[in-house]
Amino acid sequence: MASKAYPLATTVTADWRDFVALTKPRVLSLVVFTGLCGLLAAPAAIHPVIGFTAVLCIALGAGAAGALNQWYEADLDAMMKRTAGRPLPAGRMEREAALQFGVGLAGFSVILMGLAVNLLAAAILAVSILFYVVVYTVWLKRRTPQNIVIGGAAGAFPALIGWAAATGRVETLPVLLFVLVFLWTPPHFWALALFINSDYARAGVPMLPAVAGQRATRVQILLYALPMAATAVAPWAMGLTGAIYGIGAAVLSGLFVLLAIQVGFSRESDPAKMKAERRLFAFSILYLFLVFGLLVIDKVVA
Amino acid sequence: MSLEPDEQQEVRRRQKSRAIVMALLLGAFVVLLYAISIAKML
Repeated sequence: MASKAYPLATTVTADWRDFVALTKPRVLSLVVFTGLCGLLAAPAAIHPVIGFTAVLCIALGAGAAGALNQWYEADLDAMMKRTAGRPLPAGRMEREAALQFGVGLAGFSVILMGLAVNLLAAAILAVSILFYVVVYTVWLKRRTPQNIVIGGAAGAFPALIGWAAATGRVETLPVLLFVLVFLWTPPHFWALALFINSDYARAGVPMLPAVAGQRATRVQILLYALPMAATAVAPWAMGLTGAIYGIGAAVLSGLFVLLAIQVGFSRESDPAKMKAERRLFAFSILYLFLVFGLLVIDKVVA
Repeated sequence: MSLEPDEQQEVRRRQKSRAIVMALLLGAFVVLLYAISIAKML
C-alpha cells in the first residue's frame, strides 16, 4: 500500500483510512490508558458518560497533535524508511488536508472537553496539543538531542487531564504521575534508539546515540531511571496511595533500575547483540501499564 | 483537470466511503450529545 504511487488526481480525495493513519492510532492506546487511569484514580465520582467523553477528547486531542506533527514533518518522514509510507510522504493526501484535519480535530476536542467536562481539563488539553506541536515538533526536535525529553512531557499530560476531568483540580498525585511519565520517556526511548538502526541522522534529527555516542546515552538512561523510580514510589511515601500501589511500584521500579544499570554499564556496541537494551525497552512498556494499573486497583480496593 | 475514467471511478469510490464514514461519525456525535445532556441533568 505504501509503495503504490497514486496518480495526482486521487491525491485530491484522500481515502478516509489515511485520515485515521494521521492520528497515529498505535500511540493513542498509551494515551487513552494513562488518561483513563488518571480519571479512575481521582477521588471523585464522575458520570460514566462524562468520563467517556473526557477520554474521547483526550484521544481526539492526541490524534490532532499527531496529524499536525505529520503535517509539519512530511519532508522528514519522507527521508526515513519507517515513516516514508505515511499518507503525506507517500503522496496519498494533500498537505493542506492534513493541516485542516489536525486544526479542526484539535479545536473540536478542546471545545467538547470545555463544554461537556470542565474548563480546566480543556485548558490542559489545549496546552498539551500546543506543546507537542509547537515546542516539540517545530521548535526542539531538530535542534537538540534532548528532544525526546521534551516530547516526553507531551506524553505525560493525559494522566493530568484525566484527573482534572474528574475533579476539576490539579493536585500533587497527578503532578507526580506527570513527572513519572516525563522521566520514564528518555530511558524507554533511548533504549530503543541504542539497538535499532534508525535513519534519524540521515534525516537531520539529532538523536542522542548519534550525537553524543552510546556511552553518554547509557549514562543518561541510568540518570533518568533513578529519579523516575523515586517518583514512582513517592505517592506511597507521601501517603497519597495505599500499600498495594506502593509495594507494587517499588518492586517494578527496582526491576526497572536493575535493567537500566545493566544497560548503563554494558559496553556492547553491536546492536544485534544488545540483549539488555531490548529487555529494558520491552519492560519499560509493561512497567508503565502496570504502575498505572496498580494505581487504579489501589484506589478501587481502598 | 480531466480525469481518466478509472481515476474518476476511484475518486467517486472514495467520496462515497468518506460520506458513509462522516454520516456514521455525525450519528455517533448526536447520540453522544444526547447522552451528555441526560447525564448533565442528573
